[in-house]
Amino acid sequence: MASQIGNLISPRLLRALLPPLSLAALLVTIFWLQPRTQSYFGLNLLLNLAIPIALATIAQMFILCVNELDLSIGAFVSLCACITATWLNDTPLLGVLALAGLVGVYALLGALIHLRNLPSIVVTLGMSFVWLGLAVLVLPTPGGAAPGWIRSLMTLKPPLVPFPIIAAVAIAGVVHVGLMRSAFGTVLRGAGGNPASLARAGWSILRIKMTMFALAGFFGALSGMALVGLTTSADANIALRYTLLSIAGVILGGGEFVGGRVSPIGAVIGAVTLALAGSFLSFLRLNPDWQIGAQGAILILVLALRVLISRGEARR
Amino acid sequence: MTATAPIVRLDGVEKRFGAVRALSGVSLDLAAGECLGLVGHNGAGKSTLMNVLSGVLTPDAGRVSIAGQDVTGGYSTANAQAHGVRCVFQELSLCPNLTVAENARISHPAIRGFGWRGQARRLIGNKLGEVFPGHGISPNDLVGDLSIARRQMVEIARAFAVTDRPARVVILDEPTSSLDSVAAGLLLKHVRRFVEGGGTCVLISHLLGEILDTSDRIAVMRDGGVVALDAARAFDRRSLVAAMGSVTEAHGQADAAPKRGTAQPVVRARPLKQPDERELTAHAGEVVGLAGLSGQGQTELLVRIFDRAPGTDVAGPVALVAGDRQSDGVFPLWSIAENIAVGSLRRFKGKWLLDEAGITHFAEDWRRKIGIRTPDVGNPILSLSGGNQQKALFARALGSDARIVVMDDPMRGVDVGTKQEVYGMIREQAAKGRCFLWYTTETDELRNCDHVYVFREGIIAADLPRAEMTEEKVIHASFREDA
Repeated sequence: MASQIGNLISPRLLRALLPPLSLAALLVTIFWLQPRTQSYFGLNLLLNLAIPIALATIAQMFILCVNELDLSIGAFVSLCACITATWLNDTPLLGVLALAGLVGVYALLGALIHLRNLPSIVVTLGMSFVWLGLAVLVLPTPGGAAPGWIRSLMTLKPPLVPFPIIAAVAIAGVVHVGLMRSAFGTVLRGAGGNPASLARAGWSILRIKMTMFALAGFFGALSGMALVGLTTSADANIALRYTLLSIAGVILGGGEFVGGRVSPIGAVIGAVTLALAGSFLSFLRLNPDWQIGAQGAILILVLALRVLISRGEARR
Repeated sequence: MTATAPIVRLDGVEKRFGAVRALSGVSLDLAAGECLGLVGHNGAGKSTLMNVLSGVLTPDAGRVSIAGQDVTGGYSTANAQAHGVRCVFQELSLCPNLTVAENARISHPAIRGFGWRGQARRLIGNKLGEVFPGHGISPNDLVGDLSIARRQMVEIARAFAVTDRPARVVILDEPTSSLDSVAAGLLLKHVRRFVEGGGTCVLISHLLGEILDTSDRIAVMRDGGVVALDAARAFDRRSLVAAMGSVTEAHGQADAAPKRGTAQPVVRARPLKQPDERELTAHAGEVVGLAGLSGQGQTELLVRIFDRAPGTDVAGPVALVAGDRQSDGVFPLWSIAENIAVGSLRRFKGKWLLDEAGITHFAEDWRRKIGIRTPDVGNPILSLSGGNQQKALFARALGSDARIVVMDDPMRGVDVGTKQEVYGMIREQAAKGRCFLWYTTETDELRNCDHVYVFREGIIAADLPRAEMTEEKVIHASFREDA
C-alpha cells in the first residue's frame, strides 16, 4: 500500500510541486506573522514589485533554456527602465525604436555567441557594463517620469483579485503556452536538450539561439517598463540585483542550468518567492540588509529538498 | 518503382579529417527496394560515409545524387530530409528533455498548428506499435526517463514514420547494439517489410549474422574504401571476416621472450560480467593489449584497475593516460611543464610552496627524452598539436613513480610519425620493467603488445599471446559466433 502511494506521487511530480509548495509555505508564514497582508491592498503591496522580477526571470529562463547564462539582464533592465522614464515618456516613437533596437542587439548577441562559440558568461558580463554605461548616458541622475499608460496599467485595481496576481498568472500562462505547448516552442526547448539532434533534423541552431536571445531582450524590456510603472522614476542602477535574482528564480522554479529543462510557471513562482523573501524579513523585524542572505537561504533550502527528491528517485 | 535507376548514387566521395583520410573515393549505388548491409572494422569509414549521405558532413570531393538529381552542392541535413533520407545515428540523437511525441515533432516539421500534439502522438504511437508491438512506451513519456533500449526504439520509429515527406532511404547505424534480441528481431522484420514495400535501407552492424540474413547486398569497407561489394548470398561469415581485415602476418617483433609463467603478475582483473574463469593478467615488463570493437568494456576495466576496485588485484602505483585528451587529459589553462609535473607533484613539494625550478627542470628533461616539439615548456599546453599534447600526457604518466601504466586508446587523432615515436618509447619503458595496459581500437597497434585480450560485450572473448595473435583472430573474436 505504501509503495502504491509512493508510485502515485512520483519524484517528478514531487519536484514539480516543490516550487508552489515553497511559495505557499512562505505566504502562509507571512499571513501568520502579519494577518493584514491577506487583504486586497496588502496583497497588492506585497506582490507588485514581484512583477518586474518575474519578467526578468522569464527573460533569463529563455537564455538558460539554450544552455547559456545572461549576466547582463539586471543592467539591461536598468537601461530599459531609464529609456522608459525618459524617451518613451517624452518622444514615444524614439523610445519604442530604442527598445526595439535593444531587442535586436540581444538577438545579435545570441548570434555572436553561437557563431564564435564564445562563453555567454563572458559576453554578457562585458555587455552588462555597456548597458550600464548607456543607462548613465540616457539618465545621468535619478529621475524621469513614467509614461501615463504604463503607470495606469501597473496601478490598475481590478475587482476581487489584485493586479499583480493577474499579471503573474498571465505572464506564466502566455509563456507556458508559447514555449511548452506550441510546436515551435518544442523546437526551441529541444535545442537546449540536444542541439546536435536538432541540427541533424535540419533546424538552424543559429536561428533558434537568436530567437531565444531576442525573446530574452523583449521580456527584459517589458521588465524595465513594468518597473518604471511602479516606481514612477528610474535610475541607472535600479535593477542591477535582478541579474542574480533572475537566475535564482529560474533555478528555484525547477529549471536547470543545462539541458533545456525549464518551466515558465516555475520561474514566475520562483521570482515571486524571492520577491516575498524581503517582506518576510521585515515582518520578522529583521534588518532588510539581510535580504540577500535570506534569499540565498531559501534557495539553498529548496535546492537541498530537490536533491533529496532526486536521490530518492535514483534509489528506486 | 524503377528497378534500373539507382535512388542514391555516391560517386568518388572523399573526406579528410586533417591528415586522416576517412573516405578515399567511395562509389556506391543504392537501388529502391533493397537493403544494403555495410560492414567493416573500427574506423573503416562506415559512419563517415553515412554522415555524408545524410548531409551531416560535406564531402571534400566526389558527387552525391539522389533520384538522378545531383545534390552535392549545398547538400545539408535539411536537404537530405526533404529528399527522404533518414538516419538513425549510432549515438542517440533524441532530446532527453522532451517527450516522445515532442521528439517526433523535431524531425517532422509538417506536424504543426492547432492539435499538433495529438498528431505527433498518433504518428509516433502508431509507428512504434507497427515496428515494436508491445513496446510499452507512451508518447507522453519524457525521453530522459526511458531506458537506452526504448530510446533506440523511439528513434527508429521516428525515422520510419512518414508525414508529408517520403521515407525513401533509411540508414540504420548499429541499430541493434542497444536492443534485446526480441526487439532486434522485430526491427529486422520491419526492415524487410519496408524494403519489400519499395524503400531502401542501409544497415550497419557488427553482428554479421543479422547482416547476412537481412541484406540483399553487402558492402565491406576497409581503410576508407569499399573493398568488396556483392549479393549477400555470395558471402558467408568467414569470407566477410576475411574481407574486413588485411590478413597479413604479424611481422618481425615476435622475438621478445614470453615473460609469462616466470613471475607473479602485477595486475589481475576480471570483467564484472565475465561468465568463466578468464581474467586479465599483466606482468612487469609486459605490454598487454585490450582489443575488440570500441565500447566493449575495455575502458571500464582500465578504470577499475586504476581505481583498484574490488575484483582487481593491483601491485604497485598506477598512472592513467587518457584517450579523450580534452575532457580527461590536459589542464587547458596550464603550461606544458605544469601539465607534465602534475602527475608527480609530491616530489616538488618544498616547505611551503612548489619547487618551480624543479618542475621546469623535470619537464625540460622529459621534453628532450620524448621529443615534445616546443621551444619552451613554459608555453601553454594548447600551443601544442594534438599529438604533442598526447606526448605530454605520456610524459606525465612515465614521469610519475607508477610501475603500471594504463592507456585508454591514447592514440586517437595522433599522426603516424608521433605514433611510431610513442611506440618506441613504450617498448623502451617496458624493457625497464614497467607494465603497460593498452586499450586500442587500431589493430595495427596490437603488434606492439606481448599479449592481447579481445573484449566483446563487456567480457574477455579471447586471450591471445603474441605468437598466436593475427588480425583475423582478433576480428573473429570481436564478432559474436552465433550472430
